[in-house]
Amino acid sequence: MHLLVCEDIVKKYSNHLALDRVSIHVPRGCVYGLLGPNGAGKTSLIRIINQITGPDSGNVMFDGRKIVADDTARVGYLPEERGLYKKMKVGEQAVYLGRLKGLSKAEARKRLKEWFEKFEMTAWWDKKIEELSKGMQQKVQFIVTLLHDPELLILDEPFSGFDPINANLIKNELLEQKKRGKTIIFSTHNMSSVEELCDEIALIHKSKTILEGNVNEVRQAHKPGIFELEFKGNFMGFTNALWTGFELLEKTEGKPNKARIRLLGKSTPNDLLAAVLPVAEVVGLREIIPGMNEIFISLVSGKTEAAPVNFTE
Amino acid sequence: MGKTRIIIQREYLSRVKKPSFWVMTILPPFLIIGFSAIVIWLALSEKSVSRVAVVNEWNDSLINERTLIDDKDHIYYDVVPLGREEAIKMMSEKSSDYTAVLYIPANLIEGGGRQIHLYFKKTPGMVAEERIKSNIERILYQNQLEYNGIDLKKVEASRIKVNLLSRKVDESGKEVETKTGINMALGFGMAILIYMFIFLYGVQVMRGVIEEKVNRIVEIIVSSVRPFQLMLGKIIGIGMVGLTQIVLMIAFTFGLGIFAQNFVLSSKNITPETIKVDPGIAKMGVNMNTLEGKVVQSGSASNIPVQEYIHAFLNLDFVTIIISFVFYFLFGYLLYASLFAAVGSAVDNETDTQQFLLPLTIPLILGFVASQFIMQDPEGPVGFWMSIFPLTSPVAMLVRIPFGVPLWQLLLSMGLLALTFVFTTWLAGKIYRTGILMYGKKVSWKELGKWLFYKNH
Repeated sequence: MHLLVCEDIVKKYSNHLALDRVSIHVPRGCVYGLLGPNGAGKTSLIRIINQITGPDSGNVMFDGRKIVADDTARVGYLPEERGLYKKMKVGEQAVYLGRLKGLSKAEARKRLKEWFEKFEMTAWWDKKIEELSKGMQQKVQFIVTLLHDPELLILDEPFSGFDPINANLIKNELLEQKKRGKTIIFSTHNMSSVEELCDEIALIHKSKTILEGNVNEVRQAHKPGIFELEFKGNFMGFTNALWTGFELLEKTEGKPNKARIRLLGKSTPNDLLAAVLPVAEVVGLREIIPGMNEIFISLVSGKTEAAPVNFTE
Repeated sequence: MGKTRIIIQREYLSRVKKPSFWVMTILPPFLIIGFSAIVIWLALSEKSVSRVAVVNEWNDSLINERTLIDDKDHIYYDVVPLGREEAIKMMSEKSSDYTAVLYIPANLIEGGGRQIHLYFKKTPGMVAEERIKSNIERILYQNQLEYNGIDLKKVEASRIKVNLLSRKVDESGKEVETKTGINMALGFGMAILIYMFIFLYGVQVMRGVIEEKVNRIVEIIVSSVRPFQLMLGKIIGIGMVGLTQIVLMIAFTFGLGIFAQNFVLSSKNITPETIKVDPGIAKMGVNMNTLEGKVVQSGSASNIPVQEYIHAFLNLDFVTIIISFVFYFLFGYLLYASLFAAVGSAVDNETDTQQFLLPLTIPLILGFVASQFIMQDPEGPVGFWMSIFPLTSPVAMLVRIPFGVPLWQLLLSMGLLALTFVFTTWLAGKIYRTGILMYGKKVSWKELGKWLFYKNH
């Protein structure tokens, strides 16, 4: 069921612990977000999964068994720090990288032609990389990552440096890959792309996994107990009604008025309704579900409460 | 191993396909041959005609047009019945055929002057000056012999020349004919070749590593192959480029050399066999035969025919020489290239390589500098230790090889080199795999040391 499992991975460098018993579980066929602030250890973990470096202790299980060198042919990796040979021709270079992943020359060439047609870049085949714009280079890199049709795609900050059009192109391609049953791990700082694409996430902070799970479950679990209430009536009485058991965080006058209220102690939404019904005509009540951004910030900055900024749905 | 082959292929083809590779392969032979051809051609065409007006105030029964033997198509002497000033004036006129005035003063012998004077309007060149001087000396010498009642022919006949053929005796008591000049030239030539090869291609390996690191392609590659395979592929690929280049260069040099030799020599109607090194030219330090790879030492050996050198050359132990050359060439390159690769992996750009390159270049340069001493004394302590120590042996041992090296020393040196190669490759591999993934960090020696103990796989 899990395509990839990392168990208690430890990686030490001379003066710091990059990974401290980190575990992640990546289900087959999902999009898995690897989140964490800079320097948390994401890239170290990704390099270990790609067998670029080895862990000091812990295991990487791939497809139910310990990962082996030949598994690199089933993994496609787009590193954060990425580049190509500047003086080498695009086609030649892509064929070379495909061959290193185990494709034959002819097969690599055939697949590349298809990809180049799909992305409308056939004219680039004989150009040198240095003649391409940065966005074009990134398209080539992305294609190289997918060329050998890997079961597991690992993308480190895939959207950084892409213009919105290319970013969208890549997003769509990732969704298509998912539809074809591929598993995708990607690390990012872009939380809106996490909500849009990811099924599962892990949050790594200070070399440890501090959170792992399904995106929706995570968001549900991190509800800060804040409700938005829409009502008609005057604010004076409304505020007085919330005297005990509630905290009024924010109010916006209008038609209708809006207020954000945190439930304190053992108060329930029912208690809230009971308190305000005598003074106001309630139009709507809904609970605020935190975005990944808030969860990320609150967990990483160590605050127990979600910061009351920029609440989205 | 299959992936290493793909890497070797790319490293090789991407370099050999570049136009600059061909320029660098073809240009040096052209320069070498062109330059040598010009020097030789000039040396042979030194024979611009000098017409010398001789003003003799000394004994005209001894120095006259009969005794002053003209140098065929080279120097002509006319005794003119003029005073010194008049003769110079006459010669300096534009219409005059004379290019020089040779003035022999009255006190040539009697007053102890021992001087003759040459005035010229066209530089006669060192060879011509030398000939004019020896012409006068010859007349005086013959006269002196005659005066003392010594038969000139007997003197000539008593002048018996011998050639010194030194023979090295090997351990089994077998004689080996050698010529020190040839040994020196061959040994030094091979040492230079290895030295340059290691340097040029070692630095190319380093540049290649830096390029991949700066491009950031390295992380994509090492997600498909192991870092060690990438390093090895690069070293082998570039080494093959170097071998190709050297083989082509040697082929071109020989081809061009044969062409140039026929061209230059046929235009002068001289065949190689008849070339003897002219004393005058030899003193000017012109090596006539570098063209054919046979080097004639100037000075003492100046009258020994070329054939003897060919003979001595063919008597060298080619099996040992070739095997040793190939061995030291390859292992010397592999050893240094792996270290160069490690240096390249530890830095972000070429300017940062200085501090790490020093310990690599010092032994290499030291071996090269020491070769000049080793040539003089191939079996001395400098030669011995330098040719055993693995970082200097690829250069130093090659200097000694043509002189003959005891087998145990050769085997010890080769064994140590091979062992050191295994060790440095292992060491370099450890540094390399960590270094290539470190960006934007200035690395110290201490840091490098720590990398050796990181656990990978």
